[in-house]
Amino acid sequence: MAKARVKLKKSDYSEEMDILSDGYILKNGDKYDVSQIKVDIPISGTVYGTLLNYKGSLEALKEKIGHPPYNEPPKGPILYIKPRNTFSSFSTPVPLPNGIPELEIGAALGIVINKTATRVKKEHASDYIEGFTIVNDISIPHESVYRPAIRYKARDGFCPIGPWVVSKESISNPDSLGIRVFINGELRQENSTVNLIRSISHLIEDVTDFMTLNSGDVLLVGVPENAPLAKADDHIRIEIDEIGYLENTIISEVKLSKEGVL
Amino acid sequence: MKRARVAYAGAIHLASEYNGRLQLTDGRFVNEQDVVWLPPVEPRTVFALGLNYADHAKELAFKAPEEPLAFLKGPNTFIGHRGQTRRPSDASYMHYECELAVVIGKKAKNIKKVDAFKYVSGYTIANDYAIRDYLENYYRPNLKVKNRDTCTPIGPWLVDAEDIPDPSNLSIKTYVNKKLTQEGNTKDMIFSIADLIEYFSGFMTLSPGDIILTGTPEGLADTAVGDEITTEIEGIGKLVSTIVGDDIFREDGDRSHLKIHN
Repeated sequence: MAKARVKLKKSDYSEEMDILSDGYILKNGDKYDVSQIKVDIPISGTVYGTLLNYKGSLEALKEKIGHPPYNEPPKGPILYIKPRNTFSSFSTPVPLPNGIPELEIGAALGIVINKTATRVKKEHASDYIEGFTIVNDISIPHESVYRPAIRYKARDGFCPIGPWVVSKESISNPDSLGIRVFINGELRQENSTVNLIRSISHLIEDVTDFMTLNSGDVLLVGVPENAPLAKADDHIRIEIDEIGYLENTIISEVKLSKEGVL
Repeated sequence: MKRARVAYAGAIHLASEYNGRLQLTDGRFVNEQDVVWLPPVEPRTVFALGLNYADHAKELAFKAPEEPLAFLKGPNTFIGHRGQTRRPSDASYMHYECELAVVIGKKAKNIKKVDAFKYVSGYTIANDYAIRDYLENYYRPNLKVKNRDTCTPIGPWLVDAEDIPDPSNLSIKTYVNKKLTQEGNTKDMIFSIADLIEYFSGFMTLSPGDIILTGTPEGLADTAVGDEITTEIEGIGKLVSTIVGDDIFREDGDRSHLKIHN
C-alpha cells in the first residue's frame, strides 16, 4: 500500500489517501478506481522538463550531435518550462490544435519538491523530495532541439499531471521504475528510469546548482526515446510502476470549442 | 501611475510614486533607500525574447530570426530593484541586457495586432543577465544561461499602460558604474509588442501577470563583481543591480541552521 496526496476537484486542499497495490484508492474505507473520483492537478509550482536525459534519446540523436547546430553532446542538464496554461488534470481532454495531425506523448516521471532546494548535494537530494507523480509532457512533433520549443510544447492543456503525488517513502527505488504508454489500449512505449543519464539525485544536484527549486515545483526526469504519436480521439494511458496511471483523450480544438470546453 | 511592491518595517506593501516620493498604500511616505524593492509584479509565465533587435542579432553574428525566438523563465530568477546578482567565479563573460517588460492585464487568446494593447496592463524594466560561458546548442539559450537565481532584476515600477502612449519609441540605456555602455530604442524591435502578443496568444492563453521581456539592443559588455549596473528606459524608470561574487553565498558553510522542518 502506498501513501499518496490527492487533490480533489472542488476542494481547496489535498488529502492523504492510501493507494492499494492493484491501483485502487481507499477513501473513507471504500475502494475506488481513480476514474471514479474527480481528481485535480496535485501540484502548485513550476514544472521544469529535462531534455535528452534517457540514454536512448541521446543515442537517437547520435548521427547529428557532432554537426551543426549541436556540434557536441550536451554538458549540463537541458531544461525547459511547461507554463501554467499547459497544466491539466486526469481525464481532462488534451486539445489537438487546428492543422496539427498528431501529438507526441511524453511519458515522464515528475519529482515533486517539498522545500526550498538550493545547491543540493546528491547525497541529500532525497530530503528535498515530497514524492512522485506522472506527467504527460505533450509536444507537437519537432525535429530540431536547437532552439527553445515554446510553440511546440507550451500549448494550452499540453501537460496533464497526476492523478496524485505518491510519497517518496512508498516508492522502492525511483531510479528503477517501469514506464509504459498505451494508446487505445495498445502498448506503444515501454522504458524504465533505470535508463536515465542523470539519476534523480544527480539531476537535482545539477539543476539546483544554478537555480532554486521551491516547494511544489516539479522536475521531470525526461521523456524516453521513440515517443509514440497520437491523433484526435485517441485515448492515452501512461503507467508508472508504484505510482498508478494517468489517462487523457486527445480531442480536436474545434470540437472542444463547440462544446464550450475551450 | 507608477506602482511598486516593497518590503518596509516588517511587511510587504504596495506603493506608488507621489510627487516624486514613494508612498505606501497605508499613507506613509518612505525614503526609497529605506525599503527593499520587490519585483513590481509577481511573475507568472515569463517570456523572454532573444535577438529581437537587428543590431543585437548582428552583434552576436546571427541573422535576424523569421519567427520570434523566445524562451521562458522561472520565478527563481527574479529580484527587485537594488538587488544583488550573483556572478559565478568560473564565468568569463556575464553581460546585462536592458529590456522593456510588457505586463499582461487580462486573459488573451488569439488576439490580433490591432487589439493587442487592450491586453497590456503596464510596463516595467528587466535586466536579463546572461552568462555566455554556459551556452549550449540545445534549446539555446538554455536555462543554465538564462534562469539562474538572481539573474533577472525587474522593476522598480509597474507603469500603467495609459501613461506610456507610445511604447514603441522609448530610448533604452545601460550604465556600468554610471558610464553609458548600451543605447538603443524600442522602435528598432524586429517583432513589435503587438506582434509578440499576437504571436504568443495565437498558440497559448496569456493571463494577467504574464510578462514579455522584449529583447535588448546592441552594446553588451562584461560585468565584474562590485559593478553597479543601471538599466534605464525612457518614461519607465531606472533599475539598478549590483554584481556580487560566489564568496558571499558560503557554499561550504554549515547551513543546517537553515533546515526547514515540515
